[in-house]
Amino acid sequence: MREIIKMVVVLSVLCAFSGGLLAAVRDGTKENIEVQQLVFVKGPAIKAILAEATNDPITDRFKLKVGEDERGFFVGMIDGKPKAVAFEGFGKGFGGDIGVMVAVTLEDDKVLGVGVTTHSETPGLGSRAKTDPKFAAQFKGLALTEAFQVKNDGGAIDALSGATVTTRGVCAALTQAGTLYKEIKPQLVENAKGFAK
Amino acid sequence: MAKTLTQEFVKGLWADVPPFRLVLGLCPVLAVTKTVENGWGMGVAVTFVLVCSNILVSALRKVIPPKVRIACFIVVIATFVTVVELVMQAYAYPLFLKLGIFIPLIVVNCILLGRAEAFAYKNGVTASIADGLGIGIGFTLSLTALAAVRELLGAGTITLYETPIQVMGASFEPFTFLVQAPGAFVSLGLMLCLMNLLGKK
Repeated sequence: MREIIKMVVVLSVLCAFSGGLLAAVRDGTKENIEVQQLVFVKGPAIKAILAEATNDPITDRFKLKVGEDERGFFVGMIDGKPKAVAFEGFGKGFGGDIGVMVAVTLEDDKVLGVGVTTHSETPGLGSRAKTDPKFAAQFKGLALTEAFQVKNDGGAIDALSGATVTTRGVCAALTQAGTLYKEIKPQLVENAKGFAK
Repeated sequence: MAKTLTQEFVKGLWADVPPFRLVLGLCPVLAVTKTVENGWGMGVAVTFVLVCSNILVSALRKVIPPKVRIACFIVVIATFVTVVELVMQAYAYPLFLKLGIFIPLIVVNCILLGRAEAFAYKNGVTASIADGLGIGIGFTLSLTALAAVRELLGAGTITLYETPIQVMGASFEPFTFLVQAPGAFVSLGLMLCLMNLLGKK
């Protein structure tokens, strides 16, 4: 009996100790991990769509609580003023959710650039949404406040050949981003002002 | 039986070097040695976990009941592996992306369990540190050596940190087979053969 009690006690103490240690380490590294993920996963897309910005949008970011979750927003300085904001929208593609980073100018609500961040589309077909610069270029200059639709569905976007569903996913992600934008624009403007130098 | 600390340390570098002499822990050896950077990154991670788990296991060896010792070893090892995973994610994200699944897999690496069971559970803390360091550094060096051979001949480059350095001249035709999976087995086999040849003398 004593042996069993000893086993239980030793194992429990060990597990409690390791649990505590892991919680401490996780707490200590959480912020750094977030930054690293931004730099290496979303960073390239943000840099590409905010190419005109003179600052580093990844350092100049802020968070807003939208509905239940917190979302990140990235500020782009153009001509010395915080004119553009980039953020992410999600839409359902062929193989799961597609994450699309979209940069918009606050003055006229026009799209400055879009870039796919995360997707699980078919390599070589749907994956061109991320790699084909021509596909991304056609969104530039459109109004973010209006719904995006593929030409087949009566919209203005040329679908990638063989990947209409993916294109619809990207459009859905942008439309979602647009809805969000309309909802929180005053807050965005307010927050972006804080980055003016 | 009683060996000096230096002997405990040195045995890990040659006589007991894990992948080539004990032929243990081959999964990461074969999988991550595509570039030198991956090789030593993996080696450093394993060394850290090995030293930490050796210290804790040998410090607790009188408390841990023999019947649940394996469970205790696994808890200790898994804790340190998770620490490594988090720290690597926070400070070396590109390396973390490349090593991916092989970091959590250190938990089931038989080098760690083997050292805990065969050495740390029976010896004092200082001896266990020497043993862990020796075996860990031996493992790191073997991974780096194997990776250097594979990368140099397979891609003509050596990657130390992030950017590959072109070593072979422009006329060098990379022997791509070596950076693929079968090439790992072939180069491991040749290394084993070389080690045995040298050891015989």
